[in-house]
Amino acid sequence: MAAKPSIAVFKFSSCDGCQLSLLNMEDELLDIAGAVEIAFFLEATRAQRPGPYDIALVEGSVTTPHEEERIKEIRRQSKFLIALGTCATSGGVQALRNFADAKEYAATVYAHPEFLHYLPTCTSIAEHVPVDMELWGCPINKAQLLEVLKALLQNRRPNLPAYTVCLECKRNNTVCVMVDKGVPCLGPGTQAGCGALCPGCGRGCYGCFGPARDTNMDSLAEIVHTLERYPGEAAHLFRGISGYAPAFRATADALIDADKKEAK
Amino acid sequence: MTRQNIEVPELARVEGEGGLFIGLKDGTVAEIRLDIYEPPRFFEGFLRGRYLQEVPDITARICGICPVAYQMSAVYALERALGVTVSPSVRALRRLLYCGEYIESHALHIYMLQAPDLLGHESALSLAVVAPEVVKKALRLKKIGNALLRTIGGRSVHPVSSCVGGFYKWPDAAAMKALLPDLEWGLQAALETARWSVTLPYPELEIDYEFVANHLPDEYAIIEGEVLSSKRGAMPVDQFDQVYIEQHVQHSNALHSLTVDGQPYLVGPLARLNLNHEQLGPSAKGVLEEIKVDLPIRNPYKALIARAIELVQAYEDAINLVKSYQPEGPSAAKLMLRAGEGCAATEAPRGLLFHRYTLDAAGLVQSARIVPPTAQNLARIEEDLRQMAPKVLDMPHDQATLTCEHLVRSYDPCISCATHFLKLDIKEL
Repeated sequence: MAAKPSIAVFKFSSCDGCQLSLLNMEDELLDIAGAVEIAFFLEATRAQRPGPYDIALVEGSVTTPHEEERIKEIRRQSKFLIALGTCATSGGVQALRNFADAKEYAATVYAHPEFLHYLPTCTSIAEHVPVDMELWGCPINKAQLLEVLKALLQNRRPNLPAYTVCLECKRNNTVCVMVDKGVPCLGPGTQAGCGALCPGCGRGCYGCFGPARDTNMDSLAEIVHTLERYPGEAAHLFRGISGYAPAFRATADALIDADKKEAK
Repeated sequence: MTRQNIEVPELARVEGEGGLFIGLKDGTVAEIRLDIYEPPRFFEGFLRGRYLQEVPDITARICGICPVAYQMSAVYALERALGVTVSPSVRALRRLLYCGEYIESHALHIYMLQAPDLLGHESALSLAVVAPEVVKKALRLKKIGNALLRTIGGRSVHPVSSCVGGFYKWPDAAAMKALLPDLEWGLQAALETARWSVTLPYPELEIDYEFVANHLPDEYAIIEGEVLSSKRGAMPVDQFDQVYIEQHVQHSNALHSLTVDGQPYLVGPLARLNLNHEQLGPSAKGVLEEIKVDLPIRNPYKALIARAIELVQAYEDAINLVKSYQPEGPSAAKLMLRAGEGCAATEAPRGLLFHRYTLDAAGLVQSARIVPPTAQNLARIEEDLRQMAPKVLDMPHDQATLTCEHLVRSYDPCISCATHFLKLDIKEL
């Protein structure tokens, strides 16, 4: 990587919250701006230069034909591309439309749906171009982003947690909300990174950091299903902010199928 | 002077994506368009069928800068559908949470999004090179707002503690009190910001606005109130969407709102300050007198001054609410499910945010309607540009473009909220 690598920040369909995490690094922002060249970051600056870039931070999911083209061009211009946040890594909350008919949605929200241009499904960046690194979270944990940037500058592997939210609860001395209060929680199947905020508030994890690798999702689904506080809660939980991530998607599908069979 | 169309294909320092197009024909302004090409995200579609307690977590994701506003309008609307009233302790904590959002959002906009235009900079980062103390103050002002959000909500973007009925848990009182020294510093820095805000070189523009904001008789209205208009008086919130109507226009993925008689109107800090300045606290009122601002302010560029006054107000409110924070009773009201309909409006930093929901007897959402502040202001921004454009035609092209861009930015448009990004594009037709 260059002595002063260039960084470009791009937004696709999203809420802006992940790139805001950069501006929310109040203590580090000016140092970062000194250590890298901020070549393209529309939310922060009018100054912009065309690629190529050393590092591209891409927030948001791909939902329109224009975005589909744009991400390919950004990939061509970028050496190291990081998909930033749950929209970029799984499709995010707006991918919930993939489970229904977007046309019908368009008619619900917009008087003239024919004015709109969008793809049939809302998908992650990796569905369109090769991605060098994924950083999950809705929003991302800014400490993780800082660690990734530092690692890139120092030419080393970033130190990111490979465990689940469940372990974060243990580290925080948070009493398990599922065991103690019978509250459905996705913590055992969700990637660490938030610091187990929801169980810390006495509520269950709703999976916004996406499915953790190598977890027994079926077993988790079974337990969550028995703890439901309203019919269908387990499926709703898996089909949430990260609901289009394959592991959560398959689990929710199976729960919904089982519920349908039961109803018959 | 500029003879070319003004084009800003990608408007910078706004939240979300859009562009601006001003088309000239024979030396006069022929067409003005704020293009919103941020893709549609269909929130009102996929909210249907979700359980009511999922709603605030989903609506938060409409905006990373003002998630609390989206949570608060949602929980109040859903509580009204259920006929639930929250305890005074919950109400106070909600106001305090909202103060955190005002602080981070206003500090960001004043210093990092709009001030660079007034000081001849492309960004706060380039400003930091010549005036590091200004940017460091801005960052600290913003950081304190984020710390307040984190203390109550776990994190500043998409906080997790709010629910229909109140909060999942009372935040720790000691952690809350520990914020006081920073909040006291912030109040002083906000007062300095207000004094500084009137020294900046704003472009001249006076518009005869219809201001619309929440209003309460004895509180600077943020979380509730009746809807007050400078031209049509007060109305209960459930009449809001009969008077202010959304329309779908071709160049925009955001709906545009107009009054029932087809006029644009203004929501946001200028509307709030002009309508509700009598309800400001002593610090904000005092500095408003000291800096000798004549109200109402009708120059959209001077929304920065209104934001600065509101920054003082948010810090002062936050100090009082932290000092009196003494959680009593359950942190959330018990909910009895029933079928029903409810609506609410709270004041997002960018303006009035209206939500309406219908629920079935099982607590599932049957319909959702969300009217974001930026969608309400889009027609107003276009109309302001129409009035401003003839004045910029005598300027060199770059300056003309920047002046128009600055006008859009002064609204603090949140295009992800309105669905949505901004792009300025002026060209000869």
